[in-house]
Amino acid sequence: MNTTTKTTRSESVLIRNQEDLQRVRALVRQWAQPPLSFSTVEQTKLVTAASELARNTLIYGLGGTFLIEDVTDALARRGLRLSFRDEGPGIPDIAKAMQDGYTTGGGMGLGLSGAKRLVSEFSIDSAPGKGTLVCITQWTRRL
Amino acid sequence: MERIPVLKLDQFLLVTIQVELHDQLALTLQDDLTTMVSRHSSRGVLIDISALDIVDSFIGRTLAHIAALSRILDAATVLVGMRPAVAITMVELGLTLPGVSTALNVERGMTLLREAVGNEHDDEDDAE
Ligand SMILES: Nc1ncnc2c1ncn2[C@@H]1O[C@H](COP(=O)(O)OP(=O)(O)OP(=O)(O)O)[C@@H](O)[C@H]1O
Ligand SMILES: [Mg+2]
Repeated sequence: MNTTTKTTRSESVLIRNQEDLQRVRALVRQWAQPPLSFSTVEQTKLVTAASELARNTLIYGLGGTFLIEDVTDALARRGLRLSFRDEGPGIPDIAKAMQDGYTTGGGMGLGLSGAKRLVSEFSIDSAPGKGTLVCITQWTRRL
Repeated sequence: MERIPVLKLDQFLLVTIQVELHDQLALTLQDDLTTMVSRHSSRGVLIDISALDIVDSFIGRTLAHIAALSRILDAATVLVGMRPAVAITMVELGLTLPGVSTALNVERGMTLLREAVGNEHDDEDDAE
């Protein structure tokens, strides 16, 4: 957790099924509206990244928790931080999982690597038997 | 079961996605389109995605599958109305849609499909 950022409000969603994925996308869409000054492209990128990560939490993590936070950094810049946490099998080789095209589930292997490209900040913490935590932050542009 | 309506227009099938495309709905659409292309011997599929505000890897994969299956059944696939923000995001995500043609709107998409079918007929004529 970055100590220089302050969370002004937050909300969480349990990810257990397909409807919950829709709930996560809807919540991100809603929170990314003004007064937060995201462009349409930034909004679209954030919702798309959230969709990828929430689906991973459901499919590979066997369900988990989504948390959305309205954050402000030390320079008063606003942003949204999204966390996806599960207590599933974890990822044995994170570097491998982060590669474009790497999949163990017959996907396209673009979820993790692609999500990282779509947002300002990306972090992943995972270990076999321990579960997985992926955090992303999209910062609004400085005014 | 919830499904997206597919409209048959002569030798083409038209789909306008007007609801949020969740994973099961996308798979149902894939099955429905494949069945209908086969049943009606359709020559083209036009999918209007102007109402979609995201295309993630799952939706992208499903659209690519629809195109691949249609191709095997001798039908072309055209995607129309992709929002600019969606296109930009897809590129950054690394998502490509092999075998899928795109057009700005339904009208141009239909022109593209008619051309695809027309050109094939020309080719056949040439070969004779
Ligand atoms: N939460 C998770 N728990 C365990 N393993 C995970 C988790 N998220 C991702 N992985 C592993 O990392 C791999 C890569 O994930 P990524 O999202 O990049 O691709 P994918 O889900 O396989 O395909 P795509 O997302 O393109 O449909 C997965 O195949 C899976 O093995
Ligand atoms: Mg994935």
